[in-house]
This record gives sequence, C-alpha cells and structure tokens, in this order.
Amino acid sequence: MNVDFALFIPEFVMAGMALVVLTVDLFLPQDRKHWLPYIALVGILGTMGSVFTIAGKSEELYGGLFLVDNFAVFFKVFLLAVGAFMVLASAEYVKKNLTRPGEFYGILLFSILAMMTMTAAGELLTAYISLELFSFSLYILASYAIHRPKSVEAGLKYILVGAFSSAILLYGLSLIYGSLGTTTFSGIADALAGNDDIPVAFLAGLVLVVVGFGFKITAVPFHMWAPDVYEGAPTPVTAYLAVASKAVSFALLLRLFAMAFGPAMDEWRPIIAGLAAATIVLGNLVAMAQHNIKRMLAYSSIGQAGYLLMGIAALSPLASNGLLFHIVGYSAANFAAFACIIAYENLTGKEEISDYAGLSRRQPFMALVLSGALFSLAGLPVFAGFATKFYLFAAVGNEGLLWLVIVAVAGSLVSLYYYLMVIKQIYLGEPEEDEPLRLSVSTVGLLGALGAAVVIFGVYPGPLINLIEKATAVLPMPV
Amino acid sequence: MLLILVTVPATAAGVILVIPSSRPGAIKGTALLFATVGLAFSVMTFVAYDHAEAGFQFQRQWQWIESLGVTVHFGVDGISAIMVLLTGIVMFTGVVMSWSIEKRLKEYFFLFMILLTGVYGTFVSLDLFFLFFFYELAVLPMYLLIAVWGSTRKEYGALKLVLYLVGGSVLVWIALIAVYAEASLGTFNLLALQEVEFAKDFQNIFFPLFLIGFGVLAGLWPFHTWSPDGHAAAPTAVSMLHAGVLMKLGAYGIIRVGMTLFPEGVAHWQVLFISLATVNVVYGSLAAMAQRDLKYIVAYSSVAHMGLVLMGLATLERTGMSGAVLQMFSHGIMTALFFAVVGIIYDRTHTRDIDLLQGLSKRMGLAAVLFIFAGLTSLGMPGLSGFVAEVLVFVGAFRTFPVAGVFGVIAAMLTAVYILRLIAKVFYGPLDDRWQGIQDAARHEVFAGALLVIMLVLVGVYPTPFLDVINSGVDTLAAGLGVGE
Repeated sequence: MNVDFALFIPEFVMAGMALVVLTVDLFLPQDRKHWLPYIALVGILGTMGSVFTIAGKSEELYGGLFLVDNFAVFFKVFLLAVGAFMVLASAEYVKKNLTRPGEFYGILLFSILAMMTMTAAGELLTAYISLELFSFSLYILASYAIHRPKSVEAGLKYILVGAFSSAILLYGLSLIYGSLGTTTFSGIADALAGNDDIPVAFLAGLVLVVVGFGFKITAVPFHMWAPDVYEGAPTPVTAYLAVASKAVSFALLLRLFAMAFGPAMDEWRPIIAGLAAATIVLGNLVAMAQHNIKRMLAYSSIGQAGYLLMGIAALSPLASNGLLFHIVGYSAANFAAFACIIAYENLTGKEEISDYAGLSRRQPFMALVLSGALFSLAGLPVFAGFATKFYLFAAVGNEGLLWLVIVAVAGSLVSLYYYLMVIKQIYLGEPEEDEPLRLSVSTVGLLGALGAAVVIFGVYPGPLINLIEKATAVLPMPV
Repeated sequence: MLLILVTVPATAAGVILVIPSSRPGAIKGTALLFATVGLAFSVMTFVAYDHAEAGFQFQRQWQWIESLGVTVHFGVDGISAIMVLLTGIVMFTGVVMSWSIEKRLKEYFFLFMILLTGVYGTFVSLDLFFLFFFYELAVLPMYLLIAVWGSTRKEYGALKLVLYLVGGSVLVWIALIAVYAEASLGTFNLLALQEVEFAKDFQNIFFPLFLIGFGVLAGLWPFHTWSPDGHAAAPTAVSMLHAGVLMKLGAYGIIRVGMTLFPEGVAHWQVLFISLATVNVVYGSLAAMAQRDLKYIVAYSSVAHMGLVLMGLATLERTGMSGAVLQMFSHGIMTALFFAVVGIIYDRTHTRDIDLLQGLSKRMGLAAVLFIFAGLTSLGMPGLSGFVAEVLVFVGAFRTFPVAGVFGVIAAMLTAVYILRLIAKVFYGPLDDRWQGIQDAARHEVFAGALLVIMLVLVGVYPTPFLDVINSGVDTLAAGLGVGE
C-alpha cells in the first residue's frame, strides 16, 4: 500500500509540538514556566499553517480509514482556532491555580491532535480510538486542580461515566461490524443500501452507538454527569468541554450519520429527533434553577446540544450547513462567555451568578462582551446566535420536522429568561465593591476578538457560509 | 436611501459607543445630530414616495445567505412610507425629550439608537428573515432601557414586557419557518412568497400565529397586559417610542406578513379578529377610566386606540384599513405627545397620581396646552388627526360589522369622559400648595411637543397627502385580499 505521508503533516506537527512542550517543560526553570503557553500557541498556529498544505485535497488513506477532505480541513482549522483561544484563555488561570503547567499544555495539545483525527476518521475504529485519546486527555484535564476536592470528584465522575459510555459505544460498534461485516463508513452505507431489510443487530448497534455518543454530547437522558463535571473542573477546562468537545463530537456524528447510516435514516430519525426534543426541554428548564454560573452554562450547553441534534435528525444539505453554522456561532458565543467567567474568576475568585452584580460599573467592557455572548446564546440579533439558529431551524422545518422547531423555539424563549437573569445582575445589581476591575491587555484582546466574532458571524456570515458549504459538500446526503 | 435610514441610528449607536462617558454633551449632540439626519431622511422618503405609481419603491437588494435564500431587501410601499415618517418624528422628539437624562447617558442613547435601528429596519425590510431580525432587534434593548432608567416596579415591568414580546415572536418564528417549508421556494423574500397561494388549511392553521405573535406587540387583548406595566415603568422617551412606534410594528407585522401571505386565513378568522379588536377598544377605555396613575391611563388608552387600528384592519375593507393605517400614524404622534407631557409632569412633581395633581395649568400652562391637544386627538375632536382616522375606521366597521362599529363609537365616548375628566382634574381647579414652586415645560420640551402638535393638526385639517400615500398601499393590500374597490 502506497501512502502519501504528506497528508499527515498537520497531525505530525501537532504530535511533535505536544512532545516538545512536555520536553521543554523538563528543562524550564520554575520562573520561566510562563513561556509554556506561548510554545503551545506556536504549536497550534504552526499546525494551522500546515493544514493549508492539505487544503482542497480529497483523498482516502488506508482504504477509507483516514479521510482528507474539505470537511476535515474545515473542522481542523476551526478546532485549532478553538485550541488557540483555549490556550490564551487559560494562561492566567493556569499560572494562578494549577501546578505543573507543562503537562497541562502537553495534554491539551494531545487532545487537539485527537480532535484532528476524529474529524478525519472514515471508519468506526479509527473514530473510536481518536475519541478515546480525546476523552482520556479530558479526564486528566478535568481533575487537574488536584488540591480542590470538587475537581477531583469531577474527574472521577467523568472517568467512570466516560468509560461506561465508551464500553456501550464499543459494543454498538461490534454489533454493527457483526451484522454488516465492515467498519468503514462508506462500506456500511453500501451494505445498508444493498439490503432490503435492515438487520436487527445493526439497529441494536445503532441504538448503542447513539447512547454512547449521547453521553459525550450530553444528550438527555445521558447528561447527568455534565453539570457536576462542568462545575468542578478548572474553568478553562469547562469551557473546553462545552465548546471543543461538543463541536468535534458533532463533526464525527454528522460524518457518521451522513456517510454510514444515511440509508437507514427512517429508522433513526425519530430516535434522534426525540433525543433532541428531550435535550432541549430539560436542558433549558433546569438551567433556570441554577445559581452557579458554570452550572447554568452547563445546562444551557445541554440545551444547545439539543439544537445541534436537530441538525442530525434533519440531515439534509441545508441542515448540515445549519449544523456547522450553529456549531461555529455557539462556540464563539460560549467561549466568549467562558472567557469572561475565567477572567472574572481570576480577578475575584467568584463564580456565583449573584457575584456578577454591578459588573457593568466595575468592568463595562467585560459586561458588554458577556451580555453579547449570552444574548447570542439566547438567539437574539445582531449576534451570531440569531442567524445560526434561524438557519438551522429553517433547515429542520424544511425537512418536515416542524414540531421539533416548535420545541426548539420554545426552548429559546425559556433560555432568554435565564440569560436575562445574569444580564440583570450585570446591569442592575449593586456591586459589593466599587473599585474597577483591571483586565490584562491579553484578556482585553481575547474578549474583543471573541466578541467581534460573535457580532460578525451575526451580521456578515457570507464568507463563513461559503466555507461551510464547501465542507458539507463532501458528505453524501440521503435523498 | 432606505439603507441610509437603517444605518443612521446604527451608526449613531456605534459613534456613541466610542465617545467616553465623561463627555455627556458630545453624546447628546451626536444623538441629536443623527436623529435630525434620520428625521430628514424619513421626511424625504415620505415625500419622494410616488403614490400614483404605488407598489414598493426605492428597492435595493443584496445577497446575504444564498443557500438559505436570504437577501437584504429594502423597499417601502404606502403603508411603510408613513410609518417611516412616524418613526423619524418620534425618534427626533424622543431624543429631545431625553435631554435631561443624566444617569448612564451613554448606555441610554446607545440602546435607544439600537432600538431605532430595529424599528426602521422592520418597516423597510422586504425579506422575512430581516423583517424578523429587525423586529427582534427592536425588542432586545427594551429590557435594559426600562429596567435601568425606568420607575414604578421597573424590573417587573421590563421582564414582563420582554418575555411577552419574545413569546409573541416565537409564534411568528414558527410560522415563518412553516411558510418557508410549505412554499419550498427556498427563499424568504416576501415579494416571492406573496405570489404563492398557500393551501386554505395551511393558511387557517398558521394565520393565528401571525395574528397573535405580532398582536402581542400591538397590544391585542388578552395579550396586552405587558403594555400598561411596561409603559408605566419605562422612562419618558422610551414610553414615547414604544407606544408611539413599537406597538405599530405589531400591527404592521399583521398587515405586511399575516394579511399579505394569508388572505384566506385572515378571512377565515375575521370574526375572531374583529371581536378581539372590539374587546380591545372597549376594555382599554373602561380600564383607562379606572386608573389613578397618569401613565396607566395613557397606556390603557393606547390599548384602546390600538384596538381601533386592529378593528380597522379586521374589517378587511378598504376604508377601514386606510383608517387603521392613519390611526397608526395618528396614535403614534398622539401617544408620543401624551407620554412626553406625562414625563414632564412626573419630572417636576415626582408623582403621577391624579388624586394628588391639581390645577397644574396655573404653573405649567404650556404643558397643559400640549396635553389638551393630545387629549382632544384621543377623543376624536374634529380638526385633529384622530377624528379622520376614527371616522374611517368606523365607516369601515359599520359597512362590515355594525356591532363592532357601535362598540367603537361607545368607546370613543368613554374616551371623552375620562380624558375630559382627567384634564379638568389635573390641570384645572385649585392649585395645590405643594405644586406652587414647579416649573413649566422647558423650551426644548415645548419645541418637541409643538412639533407633534403641528403634525396632529396638519393631518386633522388636511389629511389628503397622507391618505393618498396610505391608500396606495392599502389598495394593493385590498387587492391581495380580494376585496378591491
């Protein structure tokens, strides 16, 4: 077999940089450890640059096991950007709250590597192994604040639930392999299309796969771990869980369902649609009752996972575009919100919603970005959330799932209420202290960039949509 | 030209954002400058609109999201032209009336301008996506505007208002997506969609979503309860803008989206529609009689007058609908004037309780004159705009649903009762000692008020140019509904 290793350049670069970070850490004296995030950042940006060597190519490696196409390239660039923001957002937090920064950034880079291969996987086991590498990195990161019992508890809970769900997923994969005799996505689709009857064992496997992924993407009723883990994990890791982990899981899910399970759409559509509805309803309703802002965002991100699931349930070219668009918009807004929360925690050490009282007077810029991010999550114009939700919901409605759209817009209304409760604190609350909060220059830059992204995707999404259309064009769609 | 209309307030918001809050003069100056430009362009749009030619004019279209079929498409017809004029006037006077605001001035004018961007955008958008975009944009800043700068249970009023309005827009959203899917043209363009003949059942199911969804903002009974609480809580200029222009967005939405897309749907629900409107009129008037707070009185009278708008629309008859649109304009100006004067009074006396206010005309002669003009318009005094509009609505109603017309006339009489009583009580009679030292309306306030009064009189004595423009839009609407001349 002749393999063009040049197509792996981004993965090689990333893996190399992860090792570099770990090695450099050994030789860096304690007072120079703050260099590490910059090395990691260079690694990420370098990888992003190297992704352009594979841009525009369309290749299958190892017989469809590893795919290089626009879809993978789109997500690689996007996830690397998320990774870069993650490094920037966590630098100060890590310096203040965590020991051993070397491993933190090293593992972070490994998790990005795992995400990159997840987006390229064209076969069940490759997908599974990438997912495991990713999950293991997150288990460690979630429990990284080892001096804080909550973080350790979060990590433990996450490992147990994660291992459990991986086992289910693997069992599902084995059933699919057993019934169809192949593990490549395109092979599965061919086998399904060739069969008049869909084998029962395949359906059982499909359900188990959905359950396994359900845990990863926090779909109701497999979401219970999320709020505790989100609350306990170090805040940058929470942001990473809420954004990167969801985005990449949905990238994999979309590819899997479009490329492999497409012919069996009639069987799984009701299941996914039902999951989506339950996720939207529960996530949004329970979010209303939260007092801790991380927990609130955990539930809100459960609700958001429900919206994203709608895109899988509808599965059409338009819906896939909507799904990717919403992933990007949601990620920008959610990351902007988390960047504010991280910065606020760095300054004050507080994370209750009531602690945000009077933020607009102490730090008007952060108040503006946080409000914009929350309004975007609620789906109000001029922010990204409005355009992405509208696109996604219209696409889903177009596939005849109007009832699901009704659930979703009702969920949006509920979500506005709890986001408004935070905004009310920010603008109307009386601050306990009056002295202004000072942000570092890099934080201002980070918040400004994310805030700008949230607005730009909302008012001028044309270029982004073009890229998204190129990415989804490689996915075969059921007719 | 329409693009400029939308970008004027948006630019103003941007400029205000970068002016440091330590320079209130510059912020106010910027707001006034942009408001003047906005007013100028509004007037130009209205004047330049050729009613003989009718149809949508000044159209411009830009690609936005091709795959979804969304374009930025602006254009005005007779109905939106007069709404644009109304917005310009209320925006300008609203800025003038906000002159005395000191608290967080920068944020105030920023949100104020965002709100106006939404209002202008809604009136000129011919793409359903953007119509909805701007419609939501207009709702968004309301929460903060009321909750920060308001009075009287402001947080409650603000939250109630926003949840009601967004609740309404959720219904609109559902219906829009249903329309998109049903038409399967892959476009949100209103002009393309109105060519589609939707199945009768489909129209019957989804028209109520538009009626109620937009109706919430128009103060449709029984979804109006946010309005008195919200208006009472809001600061003066926001009340002016909200009752004056924003409630019109609701009625405008019913016309532009509901009645245009679903001619059979509106015919099917006509009886319910006109019944609700009639309840609106009567209930609003009765409720206004029972109130003691000046703002609540004006707010309930707004509910009643918006009821007249809805009644006129529900007649599905040319005269009635023309009256409805003129009433939208007239009520917008009148309510802005009402809230402006109430704001002035509250500013001086710190109360709006009519039991405490007495004989104010002795100290506030100018304010009293302004209020009396608004009051007389409200009760339908000939020579003022309200009369023309109400007569048209009643003519339309008597032609189609005489019972509704009768109730409408009764309500108009009730209005006369509470307005005259109010004027007598608050402005005449012995002057209470505690109001000895109060100041009359300041020069800029009188200026803003006078501008509004001039419009009321102008429409009252010479409505022809206004009706010409309105009729050119209503004719198209009527033709679409199949009721013609």
